Amino acid sequence: MKTFLVLGAGTAGTMIARKMASKLDSRQWKVVLVDKDEKHYYQPGFLFLPYGLYTEQDVIQPKRKYIPEKVEFIISTIEMVEPDQSRVKLANGQTISYDQLVIATGVDIHPEQTEGLLDGGGWRKNIFDFYTYEGAAALGKHLKNWDGGRFVVNVVENPIKCPVAPLELLFLADWWFTKRGMRNKVELVFATPLPGAFTKPIAANALGAMLQRKNIHVEADYNIGTVDTGRNVISSWDEREIPYDLLITIPTNMGAEFVKRSGMGDELNFVPVDKFTLQSPKWENIWAMGDANNIPTSKAGAVIHFQMETVVNNILQHIQGKPVSHKFDGHASCYIESGFNKGVLIDFDYNQEPLPGKYPLPIVGPFTLLGETMINHWGKLAFKTLYWNMMLQGIAVPLPNKFSMVGKQQLSAGVTSD
Amino acid sequence: MTDLVNVAFNAEGFMTDPTQWTKEIAEILAKQEGIEVLTTEHWKIIDYCRTTGLASGKAPTLRQITVGTGITTKDLFAFFPKGPAKKVAKIAGLGKPEGCV
Repeated sequence: MKTFLVLGAGTAGTMIARKMASKLDSRQWKVVLVDKDEKHYYQPGFLFLPYGLYTEQDVIQPKRKYIPEKVEFIISTIEMVEPDQSRVKLANGQTISYDQLVIATGVDIHPEQTEGLLDGGGWRKNIFDFYTYEGAAALGKHLKNWDGGRFVVNVVENPIKCPVAPLELLFLADWWFTKRGMRNKVELVFATPLPGAFTKPIAANALGAMLQRKNIHVEADYNIGTVDTGRNVISSWDEREIPYDLLITIPTNMGAEFVKRSGMGDELNFVPVDKFTLQSPKWENIWAMGDANNIPTSKAGAVIHFQMETVVNNILQHIQGKPVSHKFDGHASCYIESGFNKGVLIDFDYNQEPLPGKYPLPIVGPFTLLGETMINHWGKLAFKTLYWNMMLQGIAVPLPNKFSMVGKQQLSAGVTSD
Repeated sequence: MTDLVNVAFNAEGFMTDPTQWTKEIAEILAKQEGIEVLTTEHWKIIDYCRTTGLASGKAPTLRQITVGTGITTKDLFAFFPKGPAKKVAKIAGLGKPEGCV
């Protein structure tokens, strides 16, 4: 009996385990899935928790509900991978030998990487994260009684999971404080290590203009050094101080610790893979999917959806002894919630930056790229239903995997969409 | 006497052909960035960035430099004030460090 082992039962791990269990002959293969806990989080929903738009039930479901019976599910933390021996040691004492291994253990936040952030006494008092359920829920509780002041959102360093989420949190803050009649008591600040609102010029211009319109101040090229919780001030390495009343941090994102212990990761514990095939260049029976790998695209659920078919086909070819020939194009799509029941959509790949236009079809859309519409907002909300009921259940989501220029306007850098 | 007449740059002042790079060019570029003298420590960082940057085809990030050289972020900002990753990349004749997506 051969073993197809998947580490991590989040979005990527759950989806690939299900796919492979349906593709591989169960008389020859068993599919084993390992994760440290029982809860599946709908992570895009964390954004809505602080503003009371979603509750626990929207974002947490039991993992087992989405794991088919023919997949063996083991709850344990992972001690280490021994890639040269093709085996994995679990903290529960078990050792699993594998024929094919998929690492899909995602990323976690590491506030301890920044002096004063976790250890300064302000953590979850007036410093919050929103990339964990606990952090987003605690922020929601705090906001209910917050009477205004400086609301500072800071990205510590890149890459981060869902690079547009910090912007969305700010757009929603503008809407939420307006709705509560206290927008004039709140200063919104975005301190980012990037030179602007986003990495790619056309989207950076469009999103930058939106921040300006919503009176959100951007502190660009900001690399945080320390947090002074006595004075409630953050300082950058180039000695720019930003005072805050409420600090919302996106701490350093890193891959799982066992990746480091196993000597398989880069400086942030991401597993290096070929960006087109998702196969490890060092161990050909190892693949890394989703946030856990080092490919230069957004760390986001939509990317996992778009890369799934490529990886499944490549693994099947590899198992059959054929050369792997399927190539992931880096396709990413993100709904950006922009407040006041509107949203923006961006769609891009390794080569093409986000452009304005319509998606997935020209003129009719129904979604508008790089423009604020209500339909985009509904798309964002509908995605939750799509996620729990289709993506995780192995039902095909009706969006093309391959990036396409159809519906997109050709622009040169420096031109905004509005 | 070295000058920059025959060296190719992009609009943001990054060299477009890393093979044209010489130590003399680095010294001129450093002066343009406000660094008058390149010390042994500066060169340790520049050499590291040249080696890893040429191998990977990308200028290293701030964290790659601190992990790779063992020099703290604080010191890195002291040697190359404001944006060290960008500054070293420029002086080392590499492209601009890619922002992440």
